[in-house]
Amino acid sequence: MNVFQAVFYSLSTPIFYKLMLISATPLIFAALGGVFSEVTGVTNIALEGIMKIGAFTAVVFTFYTGNPWLGLLGAIIAGVMLAWLHAYVSIRWSADQIVSATALILIASGLSAFLMEPIFGHSGQTDFVAKIPKVKIPAIQNVPFFGQIFDEMSIFVYLAFIAVALSWFLIYKTPLGLRMRAVGENPKSADTLGVNVFRIRYFGVLMSGVLAAFAGAYLSIGELGQFQENMPSGKGFIALAAMILGNWNPVGAMWAALLFGASDALNIQLQSILDIPPEMKALLNLLPFVITIIVVSGFVGKTRPPAADGVPYEKE
Amino acid sequence: MKNKLSKNAMNILVPVTSVIIALFIAGIVILLIGKNPLSAYWVMLKGAFGNKAALAANISKMMSLVLTGLAVGFGFRAGIFNIGAEGQLMMGAIFSTIVGLNLGGVSPVFAIPITMLAGILGGAFWASIAGYLKATTGAHEVITTIMLNWIAVYLTNYFVAGPLAVGQGVPKSPEIAQSAQLPPLMTVQATTLPSGIIVSIIAAILVYILLEKTTTGYELKAVGFNPYAAEAGAISLSKNIVLTMAISGALAGLAGSMEVMAIHHRIFGDFSGGKGFDGISIALIGQNNPIGIIFAAFLISSLRTGSNAMQFAKVPDDIVTIIQGIIIFLVAADRIVRTFILKFSSPKGGESK
Repeated sequence: MNVFQAVFYSLSTPIFYKLMLISATPLIFAALGGVFSEVTGVTNIALEGIMKIGAFTAVVFTFYTGNPWLGLLGAIIAGVMLAWLHAYVSIRWSADQIVSATALILIASGLSAFLMEPIFGHSGQTDFVAKIPKVKIPAIQNVPFFGQIFDEMSIFVYLAFIAVALSWFLIYKTPLGLRMRAVGENPKSADTLGVNVFRIRYFGVLMSGVLAAFAGAYLSIGELGQFQENMPSGKGFIALAAMILGNWNPVGAMWAALLFGASDALNIQLQSILDIPPEMKALLNLLPFVITIIVVSGFVGKTRPPAADGVPYEKE
Repeated sequence: MKNKLSKNAMNILVPVTSVIIALFIAGIVILLIGKNPLSAYWVMLKGAFGNKAALAANISKMMSLVLTGLAVGFGFRAGIFNIGAEGQLMMGAIFSTIVGLNLGGVSPVFAIPITMLAGILGGAFWASIAGYLKATTGAHEVITTIMLNWIAVYLTNYFVAGPLAVGQGVPKSPEIAQSAQLPPLMTVQATTLPSGIIVSIIAAILVYILLEKTTTGYELKAVGFNPYAAEAGAISLSKNIVLTMAISGALAGLAGSMEVMAIHHRIFGDFSGGKGFDGISIALIGQNNPIGIIFAAFLISSLRTGSNAMQFAKVPDDIVTIIQGIIIFLVAADRIVRTFILKFSSPKGGESK
């Protein structure tokens, strides 16, 4: 089978779409996190780190309590704490947001690796723990094609799309959303109109902590049942690319995340279909990263970030 | 802000205070896992400076760290955050290895500079991709260089498992030609003191001259300081972005080259071990100043070398990553640290603004 035949073949299988949804889910959550933070005017490239600490804490909490839902709660607490650090120095101390976020990524990867041995007795990856149960929808199970896609799907996948709808509604249809956008576009006039710029920005950044923690928890206790040291292997940055491609809009970010999910699914499928040496198969892993570069370069400038994105606001 | 301390004093005090605070907080983390931070730090200190072999290992780590620190710091001076030194280092190593493999029988007088140049070009090429994309399309260098890091990782894995593969076990390339290897300055027990450290120091001096004594350096700094004003002053932004990236990448590529030529003599998977990412901490601790970067690189190489010894005291060496993270965080939020210093330096309590 040549490459083109393999691509067309995999596009016709339900497993491709299942893999696409699975790969897109963490990207959707994290990209929404990016949207929340940047809409209010604070860049947050620490999504990668928040996902990592979320994935790790989810496993640790599940390990000690036996309950993956408490694991998810733990992930959210850890994610919010990390996001709070970013918010505090970015908003209160006008820190360089890119540098602060880079620091948090390092702290997250250092902490998760450091604590692994004392907690689990070995490094590299944690023990396996209980996963958040997958759901079966009886009505759809016997429908051809779709039945196979949605058979035994993680509840996170559905939650991701619900989160998209809620985020869109919150940002575009509520007074709070209007304030968020105002603060991100023109903090000074928002301030003049009596909007508490700092509080709104804290809200945006902390929400990015919650959502990126969901993304991380999905990787560990949603899909795999363990944490591995290399998680989330660049997904936080791909999510940022999805946010840009989606024009800082929850729905746009979702479509972009699905596109990246599709490229990931294609990579997985091609590795199993194509008859090529193993080192060539491993090379296919760079597909999502190449696509991300192309997308970021092709669409930046055609999409527009919030005007005050990344600019600290200082009261006079 | 009431500034009783001179700007120069602050430039040294802020990173030094950040390092001390970071060591303190990391000490608490060590305490949390039930270990004694003081004895852990003591083991670390002995591991980094305790004997000649430790010091040689320390300096051989420092060699590449000076270069990756210079790479990131040079970018910062020109307003570019090159987070891709990791990938550029690996591309430099791949290029140097491929060239170095084919130079058997060539005199070292030619083989050494050619192999070095290959690494420099490899790193410069890899970074220029991000520079070119930023200049032409505006794609943010943080995202593109991170993606290029991952691509470099997969390319390295491909080369050492495919076209360059040799032997059994860990995928690796063959050794480069003897004539392309940099001889060690001296050998202490099993540890060699690589002559590459001299190359690193020379590179730091050259970067210093470029930034402080040349027109190109002035233009690059002007772009970094205020791109709009620079452009109004007829400085081409896009040319300078690509140039900055190329020079930054060349330095990281040279680091990869040195790792191959002076230490490992070959390339293998997970070749860098985070030396490119360490460059970010080093540049920030060294305040993007080439001389400061030399000291900062020595600090980080000491932490890294010492942390290997800490493993024996059952303290995971990942503590170094935490320490670095906290240092960078405090350097980013340097206003907190400045306020802290001013409070301590004036008896009545200093003022923040």
